[in-house]
Amino acid sequence: MTTYLLLAMAVPVVGAGFIALLRRSPNAREAASLVTAGALFAIVLRIHGAVSGGARPEVVLAEPLPGIRIALEAEPLGVLFALIASFLWIVTTAYSIGYMRGHHEKNQTRFYLFFAFAIASVMGVAFAGNLFTLFAFYEVLSLATFPLVTHAGTEKAKRAGRVYLGVLFSTSVVFQLLGIIWVYAIAGTVDFEPGGILRGNVAAGLVPVLLGLFVFGIGKAAVMPFHRWLPAAMVAPTPVSALLHAVAVVKAGVFAVLKITVYVFGIEFVAETGASVWLMWAAAATIILGSLVAFTRDNLKARLAYSTVSQLSYVVLGAMLANGLGVIGSGMHIAMHAFGKITLFFCAGAIMVAAHKSEVSQLNGLGRTMPVTFAAFLIGTLSIVGLPPTGGAWSKWFLGVGSVEAGQTGLVAVLMLSSLLSLAYLLEIPVRGFFGKEAGGHGEANGDGGAPGHDDHAHHGAPAWSVAAIAVTAAACVALFVYPEPFYRLMTMVAGQ
Amino acid sequence: MSAHLPVLQVVVPLLAAPFCLFLRRGRAAWGLAVLASLASWVIALALLRRVLAEGVLSYAIGDWVPPIGIEYRVDVVNAWVLLIVSTIGAAVSLYAGTSVEREVEAPRIPLFYAAYLLCLSGLLGITITGDVFNVFVFLEISSLSAYALIALGQARRALTSAFRYLIMGSVGATFIVIGIGLLYVMTGTLNMADLAQLLPGVWDSNTVKVAYGFLAVGFCLKLALFPLHLWLPNAYTYAPSAVTAFMASTATKVAVYMLLRFFLSIFGAPFSFGVMALDRVLLPLALVAIVSMSLVAVFQVNAKRLLAYSSVAQIGYMILGLSFATATGLTATVLHLFNHALMKGALFMALGCVMYRVGSVHINAMAGLGRRMPWTMGAFVVGGLSLVGVPLTVGFVSKWYLILAALERGWWPVAVLVLLASLLALVYVWRVVEVAYFREFPGEEETREAPWTLLGPTWALVALNLYFGIDAARTADIARRAAEVLMAGIGS
Repeated sequence: MTTYLLLAMAVPVVGAGFIALLRRSPNAREAASLVTAGALFAIVLRIHGAVSGGARPEVVLAEPLPGIRIALEAEPLGVLFALIASFLWIVTTAYSIGYMRGHHEKNQTRFYLFFAFAIASVMGVAFAGNLFTLFAFYEVLSLATFPLVTHAGTEKAKRAGRVYLGVLFSTSVVFQLLGIIWVYAIAGTVDFEPGGILRGNVAAGLVPVLLGLFVFGIGKAAVMPFHRWLPAAMVAPTPVSALLHAVAVVKAGVFAVLKITVYVFGIEFVAETGASVWLMWAAAATIILGSLVAFTRDNLKARLAYSTVSQLSYVVLGAMLANGLGVIGSGMHIAMHAFGKITLFFCAGAIMVAAHKSEVSQLNGLGRTMPVTFAAFLIGTLSIVGLPPTGGAWSKWFLGVGSVEAGQTGLVAVLMLSSLLSLAYLLEIPVRGFFGKEAGGHGEANGDGGAPGHDDHAHHGAPAWSVAAIAVTAAACVALFVYPEPFYRLMTMVAGQ
Repeated sequence: MSAHLPVLQVVVPLLAAPFCLFLRRGRAAWGLAVLASLASWVIALALLRRVLAEGVLSYAIGDWVPPIGIEYRVDVVNAWVLLIVSTIGAAVSLYAGTSVEREVEAPRIPLFYAAYLLCLSGLLGITITGDVFNVFVFLEISSLSAYALIALGQARRALTSAFRYLIMGSVGATFIVIGIGLLYVMTGTLNMADLAQLLPGVWDSNTVKVAYGFLAVGFCLKLALFPLHLWLPNAYTYAPSAVTAFMASTATKVAVYMLLRFFLSIFGAPFSFGVMALDRVLLPLALVAIVSMSLVAVFQVNAKRLLAYSSVAQIGYMILGLSFATATGLTATVLHLFNHALMKGALFMALGCVMYRVGSVHINAMAGLGRRMPWTMGAFVVGGLSLVGVPLTVGFVSKWYLILAALERGWWPVAVLVLLASLLALVYVWRVVEVAYFREFPGEEETREAPWTLLGPTWALVALNLYFGIDAARTADIARRAAEVLMAGIGS
């Protein structure tokens, strides 16, 4: 089984090699991308099978420092994250084919190449066997996604790239790395162990500080005030925003927070010391503030970005609740939000390619020409808000129950309020699409990320590849309401130890 | 033969130097310099291997028994430094062939290699000798040849920079020889092991303390510790590219080694930390150096000068490790000697490639090079990431030990400061990267990738940056053993 772990890292890298080799023939290049993504998903499924059966395959790649290894280990939480990322990579690749061609993007080979590298580092994050490995792949992921964020190469992209790398690097180096070395100085190890490695080694007063170093030091989790990089990253092509800045990169952040809480601190230890209470409220503040900012954004992708900031803190909050239900809700929300938000981003991209619209206020009446897209947006919205019949209902349920069990009824109110807010700012889009009156005249494509206006405002519908991808993820949102079983089972294994 | 390795380490480059003059032709002189440098690299490897297996090696020059005669004494600490110096020496000598042809006038090229080999043998001699006066002799050999090397730079300011370095360097060397003289007055010996035995008897004398003070100032001048660093930025900026790569990776390292050897091995940790409060003196200086020089580097427009200020900041890291006065802190120092040599060597060599093709290392002149010279800028990016301390590079390994040492002492504000300073490193590295990758190439003429004769040695160092970042177990183990030897003092 360890072979499969190595393959999960190697397959995207080898795929990247093929992508570079086949750069002369776009069709073959995209085929290589799709085959790689499919192969990776098959591999992760095999790992899932083994881990569900109780196996914990482990492999050591190198030992950079005495006692500090680069090691991969598959456990249920990592498998959950890897499953989502690898499955959605297939869908996103299909979507990208339509989008990148429809949008006439330059440097498409570089795009697919770094996409594959990013996924390889995501696999490294998901299967990291210790804090050091997690940190290393976390940083590699930042670097691998940088060329994707600055893909356009414009002054605006350069500035956004500066914010992106600046925030992610500063937080990880100043807080996270300090936390890691501190843990090592205290515990003498950085390995992930069920139940944590800190109990009995550390003064109770230090635990809240250490936990804070990780929650804020993992900038990818976008807990305020370290969230600015995420809206900045929206300058990237939409498939990047969809897979990386709604799923892979941001989920790598919250995944790391959850994993460290469970396997370094141990949820019982956190609950006993009360170390996480102040962080619960930091997350709660981010949930509310993120939603409020989302209201003020007219640019569709910016609104979705702030929605993501808000939703990510749900996962952080679940981890900070430090009880079984909270952890289950937290992990489930990684999955449910991924499917919901990627659907919304796919729709935003389809609207941009087909109708050259990037602002919410321009969407009036578009739903009648793009019914599939707007219907999918509605389903995605329901899942983000947490309403049946979509998967999002489950994660919100567990988070709510977990808050009650932690004795934090105030947090239940926060969750309710934020659901209402997100309903309001997201529902505006399908409502405008289906019921809004189309403004007279041809609105100019807005300069912000709008398409090059060479084919004079033609409503030629979204590319077929992209519509297919949208349909798949929207259907998955519904399917996960009926059948959340696989993710639920994995999370009970995490919470149960 | 193998018994004579310690003396061959110095003699091979020392004797090759005058032959470079006799050869008269640039290419031939280069060939000899490469052979001599590679030979001393092989010798250094063999010495380190033997020391790790057998312990301390003692070699009596001319069979005069120490402490009467001069002793060459090799333990883990200086075998390690010998390897650093000779590795960089070999890489730079390979690199110099192409670079120097472009940057130094043809008639002076044999002179260049003669000075280069003298400088190399001087640095190796300082490191290997077990005799304090011999240290001074080799220090002068290396310094005088270094002044000449720097003065060979293209820009006229190279001359004033070299002169300034000469003044400051001579002051430093004079302080050192005064210190050595006072020690001789008090003990009647120049042998290091002998001194280590005799000094505890005269700890109380003010003469010894004055000697300590003279030595401290002298060493700090040579290793460019803030605020005695003023000679360094200009010297590095205006020297020929190959010289900058060599000096930045070796000269200051050897000076740090001298400091460690004198103050820990000879005077001993109890005297240095207990009586002279060396740690409390150095700590603030190191912190100021790290923060202020990183800030200054951020605002430089000449990439070489930017890296020069970064070097002064990095020297702060080495001294910081020492000022923790613990085994972990010293491990960080000894590791960083090696790691910093690898990263600065790679970075300055990459800039030499830019110099070769573009003729300038002003930041604006590097616009668009990311596409024009992908391998050169790739080397710069990896070297830069290593300087910042990204995981899987050697820079990370150094940072890890430094912060671990700070936390072991409970000095978490120091740890935070070190981490913040590495963000400054990210800023100044990024300024260059952004210009190279995001700005359009201005010139119309065809600027091509640097020749492989330059890229080969550059990427060899880049590869070492990555290799020892991924597998630092061996280097960390050697550094830990060296730190233990230093803490224990020479007598034990």
